[in-house]
Amino acid sequence: MDFVSFLIQVLNSLQYGLLLFLVASGLTLVFGIMGIINLAHGSFYMVGAYLAFALTGMTGNLMLAIALGLPLAFVFGAILEWALFSHLYKRDHLEQVLLTYGLILIFEELRSLAVGDEVHGVTIPELFSASIPLSDNLSYPVYRLVISVVCLALAGGLYWLIQKTRLGMMIRAGSHDRDMVKALGIDINLLYRTVFALGVALAALAGMLAAPISSVYPGMGSSVLIISFVIVVIGGVGSVWGALVAALVIGFADTFGKVLLPDLAGLMVYLVMALVLLWRPEGIFRKG
Amino acid sequence: MNSQVSTIFKLAVMAGVLAFPAFGSDFYAEMVAKVLILAIFAMSLDLLVGFTGLVSFGHAAYFGIAAYVVALMTPKYDPANLWLALPASVLAAAVAAFVIGLFVLRTKGIYFIMVTLAFAQMAYYVFHDTPVGGGSDGIYLNFKPDAAIAGWAPFDLNEPHHLYYFVVAAMLAVYGLLKLVLRSPFGRVLVGIRSNEHRMLSLGYATFRYKLAAFTLAGALAGVAGFLYAVLFGFVTPEYLSWHKSGDVLLMVILGGMGNLGGAVAGAVALVGLQEIFTSVTKHWQLLMGLTIVAAVLFMPGGLTATPARIMARINGGKSNV
Repeated sequence: MDFVSFLIQVLNSLQYGLLLFLVASGLTLVFGIMGIINLAHGSFYMVGAYLAFALTGMTGNLMLAIALGLPLAFVFGAILEWALFSHLYKRDHLEQVLLTYGLILIFEELRSLAVGDEVHGVTIPELFSASIPLSDNLSYPVYRLVISVVCLALAGGLYWLIQKTRLGMMIRAGSHDRDMVKALGIDINLLYRTVFALGVALAALAGMLAAPISSVYPGMGSSVLIISFVIVVIGGVGSVWGALVAALVIGFADTFGKVLLPDLAGLMVYLVMALVLLWRPEGIFRKG
Repeated sequence: MNSQVSTIFKLAVMAGVLAFPAFGSDFYAEMVAKVLILAIFAMSLDLLVGFTGLVSFGHAAYFGIAAYVVALMTPKYDPANLWLALPASVLAAAVAAFVIGLFVLRTKGIYFIMVTLAFAQMAYYVFHDTPVGGGSDGIYLNFKPDAAIAGWAPFDLNEPHHLYYFVVAAMLAVYGLLKLVLRSPFGRVLVGIRSNEHRMLSLGYATFRYKLAAFTLAGALAGVAGFLYAVLFGFVTPEYLSWHKSGDVLLMVILGGMGNLGGAVAGAVALVGLQEIFTSVTKHWQLLMGLTIVAAVLFMPGGLTATPARIMARINGGKSNV
């Protein structure tokens, strides 16, 4: 592999890993704070991608679609938490797995009823549709760089939110001891609803950003869901920074796996997970 | 349900299953056989989830591995030998469960759920991406295994009725085996681990070994189910190892009621029954399935087998104790 194609693969790995981080961060927050295993989290990614498709069709521009879709996803998350997930906090993991498994089936079929089972494309906004030439015959699309930059900015934003704001303080406290947080007079229900809706919005945003490069297709949520779970486990359940590191590890493992060992590409990610868990059975950044 | 009623009920169901091919069509006989196979699969998972307290979300791996072993052992123009293929596929599933168990049993709780899932995905991709098992198309078994021992064949699996009773016998054997295991001191230790692993540890039980043995046994029995499934339907695909399959079998165990072998069987009946009904209503049947699952979790804690008692308690005006 010459330097330019190596560079392209590195950029692809970063972009893929950072996109996965958006999905996994919500998953790990929701588990860390509320103790909920949400199998339907991948569906939010799918919902985002289909929102991008539908709204781009209506407004004619992906960026407008994201601006409209993001608040919609947040509200959708808040409603879902109120209607269903708030009943699951006291249930055991098994029932959470079951209910959210049922939700996957519901979301997939509703998607099929609403938009059908065809594969759809979403056009890249004109502003970012160019490619940067790297050598005579290789170039790198600007849009992929934009995704990486947006995701990095969001990771920074999350860091600021969790470490520097009052809401973040409550989130951190809630993940350590929820009864104590309640006892201090903090509205834990509102906190839960906000965090859940935030997770839904992040996953949906990942779906919207990915829509132009991966296209929009049935079952797109499942593959992302499983990979996100792997990331959450490797990073340490509940740890957002663990999720970031793990997402990048997985991004590189998957991208380079596909290039170097195409036959074992699907396996690569799980192999990495097995090795990490051998080394640290509770993930890299296990919190107390 | 008190034990006498329960025993009579079980015997009546058994009589119905045994007599079924005499009056039911071959189509429905195949469906009953499918339910029985899935019941074996569900019971094997219940040993982990219901009795040992280990929520495995990757149980389809062992089911699928056994199915692939019998498919790979079947030559293109000849049947495989049943007395080689059955032990070989069950052994393969057991070995896979043992090796994976060594890894996954180091983890607990949510990690265990996710790690079992991840290992099952790994197995899925081995068959999906590599040429070992025909890739994503899977393999056809052109011939059902041959039951002949030195030229003498006690039965012939190509006969639908013979195959049917072979499945019934396997299901009863697994049920009986699990009953025995659960009554044995080994089974009591497993239930002890479910209630309080720390206490079992301080009592001097090496719980890891017990859990590994349970995990291996459950994998082997899932292998029995996978073997029968491949033989009944005559083909294998990577979907047999997919996480949807793991989800379905978990669903059966929970729908039926955990920690209760009869419940696992009831769950298999309920799931296949619901699928049949819903697919006949609409092609978007998964929507109805999903709604049923959500409703079951919200309104039916304890599963199907606990529901009669809950309803009785409601009628009697008292509070349900399940």
